[in-house]
Amino acid sequence: MTTLNRPQSPHFTIYRWPLTMVLSILHRVTGVALAAGFPMLMLWLLAVAGGERDYAELSAYLESAVGRLCLVALTFAFFFHLANGVRHLVWDAGYGFEKHQTRVSGFLVIVVTVVLTLAYWLSL
Amino acid sequence: MSLQSPLAKVIGLGSARAGADHWWAQRVSSIALLLLGSWFLVSLACLDGFDYGSVAAFLARPGNAILVILLVITIGYHSKLGLQVVIEDYLANKALKVSALILSAFFHVLVAATAAYAVLMISLGRSV
Repeated sequence: MTTLNRPQSPHFTIYRWPLTMVLSILHRVTGVALAAGFPMLMLWLLAVAGGERDYAELSAYLESAVGRLCLVALTFAFFFHLANGVRHLVWDAGYGFEKHQTRVSGFLVIVVTVVLTLAYWLSL
Repeated sequence: MSLQSPLAKVIGLGSARAGADHWWAQRVSSIALLLLGSWFLVSLACLDGFDYGSVAAFLARPGNAILVILLVITIGYHSKLGLQVVIEDYLANKALKVSALILSAFFHVLVAATAAYAVLMISLGRSV
């Protein structure tokens, strides 16, 4: 495949980012992040299956600052992907395509994500 | 005015020839994950603690074990479908793209199978 080194006008670097665009790429990013988290879930289950010692070893990692940060980030990614995923399902059913509707639902997704993440970790 | 011949219209295949199944499977698995994923997170939060005893006892119960096995299989499926689209979007080189797609599929099957195996061993009370 030949790449043409032609000059291009700047686009996403200079124009304002629409909310819908940000949420769309975030949906993909959180999806990939969750895909990376899947083997971590597997490792956790393997640690439980391995017995007390294996589990304690993994817990030590998870209870570190980096470990906790990863867990919080993963739950944030999960709640965002879930909320925006529901938004997608509503679109698939045929509703909510008007511009103002996508902005409202988009804002709701952010609120729901933050609320769910906070509520979840505070409840633990 | 459609450029499709009547036969093509009846068979219903576009230029990609496949895609509707992927689209629908992604939607069905996402609904399953909505339910299974929420259940799993809430159940974890309701545990007395994340000590080995509480976690192992939770996973060992038949109902929980079955649901978590279903959860990891569904995650594997949904994630495989999702990454497939990402790979198809960003890798234009045919050899790279096909290799990545195959590796991704194998990766998801491996992780799901291993996770399901772990849950099975926990519920059977066998150490791994």
